[in-house]
Amino acid sequence: MSLFLIAALPFLGAVFPALLIRAGRNVAASSAGLTTFLALAGLLIHIPTVMRGELVTAHFDWIPGLGLNAHFMLDGLGLLFASLILGIGLLIILYARFYLTREDPMGQFYSYLLLFQGAMLGIVLSDNILLLLIFWELTSLSSFLLIGYWKHLPEGRQGARMALAVTGSGGLAMIAGMLILGHIVGSYDLSDILQNKELIQSSPLYLPALILILLGCFTKSAQFPFHFWLPHAMAAPTPVSAYLHSATMVKAGLFLMARMWPVLAGTQEWFYIVATTGLLTMLIGAVIALMKDDLKALLAFSTVSHLGLITMLLGFGTEIAAVAAVFHIINHATFKAALFMTAGIVDHEAHTRDIKRLGGLRHLMPVTFTIGTIAALSMAGIPPFNGFLSKEMMLEETVHTVWNNSHYLVPGLALIAALFSAAYSFRFISHVFLGPQRDDYPTTPHDPGAGMWLAPAFLVVLVVAIGLFSKAIVGPLVAIASSAVIGSEDLPYYSLKLWHGFTPALYMSIIAVIGGMFLLGFHGYLERLWNALPRPEAKTIFDAVIGAMTALSRWITDKLHNGVISRYAVIFIAFTVGLGYYAFSTGSIGVPTRIPLPAPIIPIIGWICLVGATLAIMYFHRNRLLSLVLIGVVGLIVSMAFNYLSAPDLALTQISVETVSMILLLLSLNFLPTETPWDSSARRRWRDAAISVVAGLGTGGLIYALMMRDFAFPTISDFHLANSYEGGGGTNVVNVILVDFRGFDTFGEIIVLGIAALVIFSLTEGVLATKVRAYLLNRKPHWPQSGDAHPMMMVVVTRVMMPIALMVGAYIFFRGHNQPGGGFIAGLIVAIAFLMQYMASGFTWAAERQRFYYHATIGWGVLIAAATGLGAWFNNKPFLTSDFGYLHWPPLEEFEWATAMLFDTGVFLAVLGAVMLALESLSRFAWQPGIAQEHAMDINPQREEEDAEETQQEKEA
Amino acid sequence: MEALVASAVGVLTAAGVFLILRRRTFPVILGLSLLTYAVNIFLFATGRLALNAPPVLNKYADVPYTDPLPQALVLTAIVISFGMTAVIVMIALSAYLSTKNDHIDMTAHETVDEAGEDA
Repeated sequence: MSLFLIAALPFLGAVFPALLIRAGRNVAASSAGLTTFLALAGLLIHIPTVMRGELVTAHFDWIPGLGLNAHFMLDGLGLLFASLILGIGLLIILYARFYLTREDPMGQFYSYLLLFQGAMLGIVLSDNILLLLIFWELTSLSSFLLIGYWKHLPEGRQGARMALAVTGSGGLAMIAGMLILGHIVGSYDLSDILQNKELIQSSPLYLPALILILLGCFTKSAQFPFHFWLPHAMAAPTPVSAYLHSATMVKAGLFLMARMWPVLAGTQEWFYIVATTGLLTMLIGAVIALMKDDLKALLAFSTVSHLGLITMLLGFGTEIAAVAAVFHIINHATFKAALFMTAGIVDHEAHTRDIKRLGGLRHLMPVTFTIGTIAALSMAGIPPFNGFLSKEMMLEETVHTVWNNSHYLVPGLALIAALFSAAYSFRFISHVFLGPQRDDYPTTPHDPGAGMWLAPAFLVVLVVAIGLFSKAIVGPLVAIASSAVIGSEDLPYYSLKLWHGFTPALYMSIIAVIGGMFLLGFHGYLERLWNALPRPEAKTIFDAVIGAMTALSRWITDKLHNGVISRYAVIFIAFTVGLGYYAFSTGSIGVPTRIPLPAPIIPIIGWICLVGATLAIMYFHRNRLLSLVLIGVVGLIVSMAFNYLSAPDLALTQISVETVSMILLLLSLNFLPTETPWDSSARRRWRDAAISVVAGLGTGGLIYALMMRDFAFPTISDFHLANSYEGGGGTNVVNVILVDFRGFDTFGEIIVLGIAALVIFSLTEGVLATKVRAYLLNRKPHWPQSGDAHPMMMVVVTRVMMPIALMVGAYIFFRGHNQPGGGFIAGLIVAIAFLMQYMASGFTWAAERQRFYYHATIGWGVLIAAATGLGAWFNNKPFLTSDFGYLHWPPLEEFEWATAMLFDTGVFLAVLGAVMLALESLSRFAWQPGIAQEHAMDINPQREEEDAEETQQEKEA
Repeated sequence: MEALVASAVGVLTAAGVFLILRRRTFPVILGLSLLTYAVNIFLFATGRLALNAPPVLNKYADVPYTDPLPQALVLTAIVISFGMTAVIVMIALSAYLSTKNDHIDMTAHETVDEAGEDA
């Protein structure tokens, strides 16, 4: 099975439980199980290849230029983790089916679980670190959903938030670290990075990259001082805890450290940062675990401790320690998942996980007792279980480790940690299962159905089997995974067996076990001591830090973003002007090289009109209707200026947009106050005036300076002029640029326009659904209405003009490629033709005759444009490559066709639809039942008779 | 001619900015419209001014052409700015109809108010 499919299966499968939950909980669980099983089967097919030492890869280049490639690979390490993720995932799915109650939304649970599983699989299968980062963040997000699954529990929500905050911010640091790493190597592919140990370690950026990446790993793997999120994540349902904290989430950090081991490990920095953190975490986790009364909290801190153990082993930087780390990853996953499930069973049956309220369960729950005891003994490091083997290897390695010239520090502390580890493992057994049977359990516990204990039982069988026959069962897997971690085929000598003779590690193990029993004996005393000691409470600190950060960001936001928009505008404009001044005063400017064009009298008159109208707007802007009229003057002058200055296309566009905008603004003014009141102080007005004048002077001066000089660099416009006809088949270069050279931009723009129109439509829908509608229906107009809402002259003229206007639109459209015109302008003209009908004959009349929806028009426009662009693909050309040719149909002259024409049709439709939808939405505000004229041009005598007849009939009735 | 265009851009910008700094929706919309004109002419003018040289190729004579690229950019800018105007008009209208208030500034936590200004 392709690695793509394996990685994608959980994501695809995540849909099913959510949907199939309607068919029952068994169906939902089975669909999740089936998905996982398929992925697992697909993975197992690759085992022979991986075991031969070959890489399984799947490549898809997405944006090779940026190093963004979907490259997947499967090596020994990936295989180990992927099988843990999928294998334990399968068991969790089974367990959760029986653990969750009827009230829990099970479909949701399995969907989240599969999402998480997919993200984890992605991490371990990625060959590209950018891809890995994406999956990494996905695990943070999906674990947030899982931890907070019981939304009604505040602890669940807080725990989820804390986990997300800690692992998410670590992930951010890791992104930076990975980018630095990719920068050093020049490639984002792991297979390249892993080949460049010397390059990376000699780089001055090695240390920053290392620290940033380790921050990501440490937060994810709950290393001290980031360990505190893990116990709080225990508010999740137990299957989640069992999955996240045995085989997956927290192992992601370990995975990454193992993955990067060949290139990052082996330096002093690596040793002191990683090994020390691991050692401290192992010790602190073990001590706290002994003091916890909550079963899951005990397991949580024991997980922290074991993660520290593995981190420490990886930190040692020796090959044999790496082997031990790999082996312990397997062992920890098996016994810890089983222990979590056991804790879940106890909680489920006894309705408490407080150790103080438990004890004596061995006769009530014999099956659970057996499973829990074996797993806990393995955790304690008792032979012949698998935990003993790897713990032995760990202790052996510590003996050979020198920390800052001290030969005893590491083994000593490791021994203490092992001692506490044995103690809490024994406590798990003795205080829960052993001792006298009590009669005050919340409910009388008994063994659950097989569905719940099968999964942990299977794991416990593994615990025993790996302990007894480690070489046969996991030997090859450890070997292949270790060689992937070490990055070489030559593994150091190690042997996975129970008896190594009388080694220091054996003595240490014996001390740990005996000492652990001893410690447990003094547990009551130790607990009193522990409770008497002052100690920092991580959650309080975390909450305080988060609270302070929230307060800070709220303060900044309130200062910068206090809702006074005019203030933002002042800041923005003043800043822009200042920036412009800075650029101007620090740069240099050449002498003017162009001769100014002459200014005859007509443009000067136009200029006077424009400036006069603009100044008048400023002066009269409180009279809103007048300022609209004045702004119309400005728009007209601007259109004429475009025409005068050799831009006929712009002139046509401007004048048609002007018309439409004016109608829009006039319509809107119907509903707004007609006057703007005075509400700024004189001082403020002067300030604003000063800012405006400076901005105006700056802009005007800049463009004057620009116009008086020739281009500083050769312009690309010459290319467009030269290729417009040969390449684009049109002589109107502006239109050819729009539909051909820069067709993709235009495509984007019509989509934006369409979205704007849809936004307007939905705003209207939203507002009209509120009580505003009632207000609008009873609204009295600002001004007295004219007696005749639909003057007959206007109705007749617009209807006569309709076909003419459409004809003009068609003409403008068809000539567009060669003469001024085109889809944009034609769309606007046709829209105006329609708008005239609305204005003259009324909304109701026009709406009745509307044959097509404007939404659909926009949609078709965009689709036609897209289809034209896609057509190029069928000729093996890039998107939107145009083609053209000449046709000669006998009665007609020879004419030219171009695919760009089809694209322009799309533009035309999108513009038409957008303009119509915007204005139609606005006019829906104005609709009132009283002024709805059914017959705008009421001159049909026949209808009068009909009406009379109807009235007659009504009277008779 | 250049002086005329540049001064027109300057005046339009100044008027646009002044109106944008008002505190009601309608003047702000007017200001944005004026600023749109200013920006469009500015962009257009970056292609330098030319008379009687439209960028429409002439098959029969070798005539000068003005820069077509800014024109193409401005053409779409004009249409898009219509879309933008329409959206803000609609937002302003919906806000006014829903709250009977056309202030653009939020008053609820107007913590930093320039001394003695609001009416």
